[in-house]
Amino acid sequence: MSAVVYEMKKSLLKIMREPLGALGISLVILMIFSAIFADLIASADPSKISPRDRFLPPSFDHLMGTDQLGRDLFARILHGGRIALAVALFTTAVSLIIGTVLGLLAGYGPRWLDNVLLLLFDTVKSFPTVMLALALVTLFGPSLTSVIIVVVLVNVPGYARIIRTQTLTLKSAEFVTAAQSMGASTMRILRVHMLPNTIGPLLILVSMDIPVVIAIEAGMSFLGLGVRPPTPSWGAILNDGFTAIRDTPWIAVAGGLPIILTTLGFTFLGETLRDIFDPRMKRR
Amino acid sequence: MLKYIFNRLLLSIVIVSVAQFLLFTMIYLIPGDPAAVALGPRATEAMRKTLEIKMGLDKPLIIQFWNFFTGAWTGDLGNEVLSDRPVFDVVLEQLPYTLALIACGMTWSIALGIPLGCYAAVRRGGMVDRLIGVLSVGLIAVPSFVVAIYAMLIFAVSLQWLPAIGAGEQGQLGDQLIHLILPSLAVGLGWIGYIGRMVRASMLEVLEASHIKTARAFGLPDRLITYRYALTIAILPTITLLGVGIGQMLSSAVFAEIVFARPGVGKLVYDAILTRNYPLVTGAVLVTTVLFVFINLLADIMIGVLDPRVRSRL
Repeated sequence: MSAVVYEMKKSLLKIMREPLGALGISLVILMIFSAIFADLIASADPSKISPRDRFLPPSFDHLMGTDQLGRDLFARILHGGRIALAVALFTTAVSLIIGTVLGLLAGYGPRWLDNVLLLLFDTVKSFPTVMLALALVTLFGPSLTSVIIVVVLVNVPGYARIIRTQTLTLKSAEFVTAAQSMGASTMRILRVHMLPNTIGPLLILVSMDIPVVIAIEAGMSFLGLGVRPPTPSWGAILNDGFTAIRDTPWIAVAGGLPIILTTLGFTFLGETLRDIFDPRMKRR
Repeated sequence: MLKYIFNRLLLSIVIVSVAQFLLFTMIYLIPGDPAAVALGPRATEAMRKTLEIKMGLDKPLIIQFWNFFTGAWTGDLGNEVLSDRPVFDVVLEQLPYTLALIACGMTWSIALGIPLGCYAAVRRGGMVDRLIGVLSVGLIAVPSFVVAIYAMLIFAVSLQWLPAIGAGEQGQLGDQLIHLILPSLAVGLGWIGYIGRMVRASMLEVLEASHIKTARAFGLPDRLITYRYALTIAILPTITLLGVGIGQMLSSAVFAEIVFARPGVGKLVYDAILTRNYPLVTGAVLVTTVLFVFINLLADIMIGVLDPRVRSRL
């Protein structure tokens, strides 16, 4: 256990040494922290409607002003972070599991299965993301579930492809052949020899994908196809601001700012992680 | 070479067919009877039956699928529910707006991305290079709809330099172009970063090549070497990327059209969903998917022509 902690400490130090990585990880920690402690940081209730306080500009009482229903925008932004974070974590976990299974099947299974799966991945990728989202919303209706299905569909091919490539290269590696000749079962080979070797590239892809997930959730909620009101979501706040953009620009600013900061934070972190752990992919 | 093109073409056709199958399954799974949805709650049973026969809903499922499948390949996507016009015509009417938007977005990203990448490659490792690196990553990361809204807020609402909504007067090119500036910036901004990075990476490779060293040894001016001899080669890998880029810009275009209230395919689908005009939704999604697959096919063929190494990989 202490070895793991030591490794993590070492990686963290490496990240902090890069200016971009330090900025990225600070933004990410700030986002996670403010989402977890949203109740403590913002005392106002994010869903409390008070008609008398409609469209108030930013002040000490309302750090980011109020929206068209008089709700405190600062509190809504912080609670919106919870939705964004929850969606990002949940969908990434689900996509990882499905992607890993499909990738292992494609890489280690029979040839025809590999071809069928690759074709399916290509087909899913051949829908432009927004079109896929719009098509699926007609089927499932606007909801958080639709957002999750869209994100998982968009993410799985990427994860599965990485696992498949890794599996294919490892399949003919000597230590795998050795394990096979010693009579190890397929499950054991996959679990002990294949999976651990795919984790590195996968983690980098995850950190690069989280901003995409957050953008999809915010984008769909912005179009009114994602999280339903009155649940606070950054995209929905941005849409409120867009509707009133001429008279009360601070709502749009408040809705966009966390989206920009979070996507930048995760992307910077992902870039740094890639430079540190995968020197082959490092930008020259 | 012909074999490569044939293989790519075949793969594209299969992908579109699978996409059709998925779309058909989707319409079939939508809760409620399509004819009833189209007619609204006050329709009589007889009206519903007539429409059902007209839409071919009374036939067995496999025949329905066959009709949808073969119809789509001949450009018959059925009629839309509201005005009963052919879906294909409605989509084709809106397509030029979207294509113009993407073309302008591409212009932004090429016009700014290539010089940015070149500049960074020439100043490799310097402060400017690092700044351009951060800028590129930042541009790639920020979602286009946030860019669209902030651009509108800054240039249309606060500064009032540019119009906020619409596509401009019909037939007046100048006015239409002015209306394109902000939406296309929102569509193309992220790709400035992508193209910048791509150009930088391949420039660095090319600048090490021996013909560039020879040109240096001959004492040719740096500017000539960079733009004339290095860039013309370094630009090749970027071309495949442009295929992907146009596809992704299709997604950004949907947001740009909705934010800036422009006509276009994205707005068409969005409005069709809100009015539950399902034939229009599937038709428009299918057309954009075909377009997307076709553009990727073109990019693949183009790179196959330019780079012989790729052909053997498929």
